[in-house]
Amino acid sequence: MRTASHIAALTLLFLATTPGVHAASREASSAGEIVVGSKTFTESVILGEMASHIISNAGLRPIHRRELGGTRVLWSALIRGDIDIYPEYTGTISEEILAGEGVHGEAAIRKALARQGLRMTRPLGFNNTYAIGMQEQVAEDLNIRTISDLRGHPDLKFGFSSEFMDRGDGWPSLRKRYALPQQEVKGMAHDLAYRGLESGSIQVIDLYATDAEIQYYRLRVLDDDRRHFPAYHALILYRAELEHRAPEVVTALQRLEGRISDKAMAAMNARAKIDRVPESDVAAVFLGDVFSFTGDRQAETSVNRFLRNTADHLYLVALSLTAAILLAIPLGVAAAKLPRAGQAILGAVGIIQTIPSLALLVFMIPLLGIGGPPAIMALFLYSLLPIVRNTYTGIHAIPLHIRESAEALGLPPAAKLRLVELPMASRTILAGIKTSAVINIGTATLGALIGAGGYGQPILTGIRLDDIGLILQGAVPAAGLALLVQGGFELAERFLVPKGLRLKPLV
Amino acid sequence: MIQFKNVAKKYDQQYALHSLDIAFEPGRTTVLIGPSGCGKSTILRMIIGLIQPESGAVFFEGTRVASEVVLSLRRKMGYVIQEGGLFPNLTARGNMALMARYLGWAHDRIETRIGELTELTQFPVDGLDRFPAQLSGGQRQRVSLMRALMLDPDVLLLDEPLGALDPMIRADLQVDLKRIFRTLQKTVVLVTHDMGEAAFFGDVIFLLRNGRVVQQGSLDALVKTPADPFVTRFINAQRSHLESVQGGDA
Repeated sequence: MRTASHIAALTLLFLATTPGVHAASREASSAGEIVVGSKTFTESVILGEMASHIISNAGLRPIHRRELGGTRVLWSALIRGDIDIYPEYTGTISEEILAGEGVHGEAAIRKALARQGLRMTRPLGFNNTYAIGMQEQVAEDLNIRTISDLRGHPDLKFGFSSEFMDRGDGWPSLRKRYALPQQEVKGMAHDLAYRGLESGSIQVIDLYATDAEIQYYRLRVLDDDRRHFPAYHALILYRAELEHRAPEVVTALQRLEGRISDKAMAAMNARAKIDRVPESDVAAVFLGDVFSFTGDRQAETSVNRFLRNTADHLYLVALSLTAAILLAIPLGVAAAKLPRAGQAILGAVGIIQTIPSLALLVFMIPLLGIGGPPAIMALFLYSLLPIVRNTYTGIHAIPLHIRESAEALGLPPAAKLRLVELPMASRTILAGIKTSAVINIGTATLGALIGAGGYGQPILTGIRLDDIGLILQGAVPAAGLALLVQGGFELAERFLVPKGLRLKPLV
Repeated sequence: MIQFKNVAKKYDQQYALHSLDIAFEPGRTTVLIGPSGCGKSTILRMIIGLIQPESGAVFFEGTRVASEVVLSLRRKMGYVIQEGGLFPNLTARGNMALMARYLGWAHDRIETRIGELTELTQFPVDGLDRFPAQLSGGQRQRVSLMRALMLDPDVLLLDEPLGALDPMIRADLQVDLKRIFRTLQKTVVLVTHDMGEAAFFGDVIFLLRNGRVVQQGSLDALVKTPADPFVTRFINAQRSHLESVQGGDA
């Protein structure tokens, strides 16, 4: 009885210490809220911020789920209604999302989207396609402006990203299209290619037309004069119902159409990625310059961001761990009491544990969408094994003579469990919960990958921006929280484990 | 009081008990003795329903010991084992009061009963709030006995209750136990493998071998009119061992 109520009290305490977290992880599309998604690269985040400013300016509340994932994750989140808006590219829609359906050109895309209940703005202006670049000075000296001009310089050395070496619209077809004579073509990591340009070991690389590095390394983007690369015009996808729910937002988003040039986008990317200006500010400055838009949307202070991440993280951990405790202890008891079912239970939770945590998170997306729920489900499943196994072990380890003594007193099975077996197993069970909690806190950082927020968010952004400081802003509190919880459990042991079990025997 | 009717029990194809027909006399102390594996503990565990017979039946106060009634029957029996079987998470008092609390006894009634029992077993009152790990072996067995007596059962079942104690403590507790049995006038069934202990406690002795009762009766009867050469051999084995040691001392 005492142990059961103690555990219940502990879990309540967990929930009580995370006030307001429900607000932090609310579902998409509640009244007045518009959920924006963005992919895990800087340009997408900037466009997401731009949309957020516009929503805010229209008097509604934007929620920006930054760096939610790749194309597939964003697309299915939009279809499901987990998000309302996200920036996409025409080429990606034709060549990737609707690949094989022969959807080419704006009108065809618009028609295909309508069948899914989706709408799009007209292109925003810039074309973030693959491009071929050289150092400005080198190109100037050789008088190279177009890709065709490369034909006259067979000695130039090329360094392409390995993806570009293989793609259908990559090097093999480019070479054919332009009849390029160059022999020295190396595959290499993109970052190394920039360094190669600087050192002079290569002169020509592939890039995205709006890469931040274009400005930083003073590159010249060669004109695709034979129109080899498909167009990747950026536009904004949104759910059709937004036209009824927030027509003013749709109208405002349409004001962006054709207003962002290649150069402007590349400059914004450089501001965010190279000058480390927050994406929100970059977006606000652009909107201010172009629309004399007074962004009253306050940029989040770092303290607020830390508090929000903490609240999100605690919410994920507390809910998934509480649910795991509530299910795993009965499962562990059942495993100990029913030998045949026991093997099945231990086997099943054991198998769940072997699924890599990242895969488990992604498996949850089709079932539960994005954000908190799938992350909580994955963390819940992940937290089961240590608790189930320790409950089973703790009860199994009770000596036979003690179990028989309880029976011989005439205690019914439920009372025996409550008064004798659970208290005696409490230390082992608590150790299992502690293990689960520590694993859970660490694994919860992956929740950011599917839009659940938490300490994983700064880690994810830090990786994208190659910013160690930002990574530490997530990693350090996550580690600290794990240590804190571990210490908390050691303290809790004093209250939860009966004193008689903590004594050393006299003899 | 307690009756075995044609009770048989097998473990792994080996008979632990062979069609046993025995009865235990009320108000007296019956000792079950015999070599290891003779079935003496099995009999005790069958009375309290921890194991069930393969065939035949065990009756307690006229009721067949079966799963539907075993919980209420157990509350009329006290059971003490060699290891004490105390719950390490509870104090001596907690161990004693566990069942009474479960049955909803009032606090005062529980405390009064604990007072009576500490007096009866001469257990120090300041030991009541200690945990089993803080008690000596002899004290633990006294707590175990008090726990068994808490609900004032009709029968006391003891399985080698002194087996794990060192000789001095054992001798003290033997004397106390006999006094307690006499005071309470309860039906007692005690299992031991020690002939001296059987002689000391037993109003009636059941000598068992391979799941059968070889002979039952007083020690006197066992010595003077053995039913089987095994009876004499069993008694003499322990006696001659003792005498040879004493002879060596002389």
